[in-house]
Amino acid sequence: MSETVVVEKVSVRFGSTLALDDVSLTVSPGSYTVLLGPSGSGKTTLLSVLGGFQEPTSGRVLIGGEDCTHVPPARRPTTTVFQDYALFPHMTVGNNVAFGLLMRGMAAAPRREKAREMLAVVGLAEAFDRKPHQLSGGQRQRVALARALVVEPKVLLLDEPLGALDLKLRRQMQDELKAIQKRVGTAFVHVTHDQEEAMALADHLVVMNKGRIEDEGTPEKVYTRPATRFAATFMGESTIIGNRAIRPEHISLVAGEGNLGRARIVDVTYQGSFKRVAAQGKETLFLVRLPADVAIAIGDEVGLACDAARMIELPS
Amino acid sequence: MMARIVSAVYAALIYGFIFLPVAVLVLFSFQGTLFPIPPFNGPSLRWYGAVLSDQRLTDGLVNSLLVAFITSALATIMGFLSAWALARFWLPASAMIRGIITLPLTVSYLIIGMGLLVMFNLAGLPRSLFAAGIGHIVINLPLCFAIIYSQMGAHQANIERAARDLGAGELRVLTLVTAPMLWPALFASFFLAFTFSWDEFIISFLLTRFDTTLPVEIWNMLRAGLNPKTNAAGSLVFGVSIVLAIVFEIVAFRKRVA
Repeated sequence: MSETVVVEKVSVRFGSTLALDDVSLTVSPGSYTVLLGPSGSGKTTLLSVLGGFQEPTSGRVLIGGEDCTHVPPARRPTTTVFQDYALFPHMTVGNNVAFGLLMRGMAAAPRREKAREMLAVVGLAEAFDRKPHQLSGGQRQRVALARALVVEPKVLLLDEPLGALDLKLRRQMQDELKAIQKRVGTAFVHVTHDQEEAMALADHLVVMNKGRIEDEGTPEKVYTRPATRFAATFMGESTIIGNRAIRPEHISLVAGEGNLGRARIVDVTYQGSFKRVAAQGKETLFLVRLPADVAIAIGDEVGLACDAARMIELPS
Repeated sequence: MMARIVSAVYAALIYGFIFLPVAVLVLFSFQGTLFPIPPFNGPSLRWYGAVLSDQRLTDGLVNSLLVAFITSALATIMGFLSAWALARFWLPASAMIRGIITLPLTVSYLIIGMGLLVMFNLAGLPRSLFAAGIGHIVINLPLCFAIIYSQMGAHQANIERAARDLGAGELRVLTLVTAPMLWPALFASFFLAFTFSWDEFIISFLLTRFDTTLPVEIWNMLRAGLNPKTNAAGSLVFGVSIVLAIVFEIVAFRKRVA
């Protein structure tokens, strides 16, 4: 079996609620998988199942071809980067990173050397002797990453790793995460509710809702050909008409009727590179993305059109 | 202005009320003559010399230190383990278990001492320092448990998960992560327990016989009447308590800063 992780028909039940409902998933070697969904979608539960913190009610988890369904976290070839980093506050950064190696019985000298190397990979070589509380949020994030990567896991699990950072740092760390992943070549599984982050990072994007996988594939595939109504509205915005979804950038203004009919502009938001416009049609509220230089104001009556080939057919 | 003077006087009276007896005790421990009453003739260290050359008092001092050290260490370890169990694992009726562990805090030392005395009689355990030590663990365990339990949060639980995730078994999680992380709370509960054990009287009085602790020896001495030697012994006890309280404050303060 060449897949790094195979999840087979996993369900997790908490009392009367089904947190995961018959979920199957494969993670390919060296891939960056992102689990995207709103809170309560089961994405964090799925990550816990992979890490061994949550035993599935039914189903199997294979990691590197071995059945790990009932293997505790300590003996799994996985490590986790926690949302709050969970660094050991009483240890230096170097000892934090070396902890997993100590647990594996590595001697002190090679342990320090490997920890130093991994800190250099995440760009924090100079922090070796500092304590976690002396670091910034972004730096702690990198220490957590180095600590989890140094033991060379088959899969690295990241639980909303950028959630505690401010937006600018988040975008910056996002690029860095991707670069580090390519450098070390480990398979990453990353949980987030931020669709922009998901799109930027994922090789393989998994959209989850209510304990099920709604859609998966490359970000491009999920965006251009979403499998379900939920995927079409959660991954980017859409206007839904009957069984069809239309992306905002595929709607244009026309003189006269247009194939979508007339509509009145009810909201215009200037976004710098474009204008985000809401237009109320006869029955539907259209979301439209227009070039930033289009002169338009609330109250304008316009005709809306969309190339029929651009409309996304959804399963009913 | 008037209000400030009034409040200053009030504060002085309060502190005087609390500390004047102690101050008098300490002052007359330096008395040069035979009786701890005015006029003050001193200062002289003769009574401290007398205390330190009195075999029974120095034995009591050593016994007190031993009992305080051993029982506080045991109460801290037991409090830590029970706090860890109740904070980290799902147990049936855990709220009730917590309540029962802390219950001895509300029972008077006299009742606890009498209860233990009756029980040890039935069990055939003679009155001894060992019996008194058990009594001190009974009174200090709830305190240690409450202090340590209050410091075990969800954030630390996540840090323990991280340690397990990196390959640590439960024993190594406890010794390498949980205990060092809770070090200030462990230290604080040890010193508080030490302070309580150090000047505890009733339980030691009820449960010891030949070898006994310093407060009981001082009480024995007081029965023979007042002399500056009792003042000196009391001042020594007080001095040790002050040192313990200062250490406790420093540790507790550092914890708030970190």
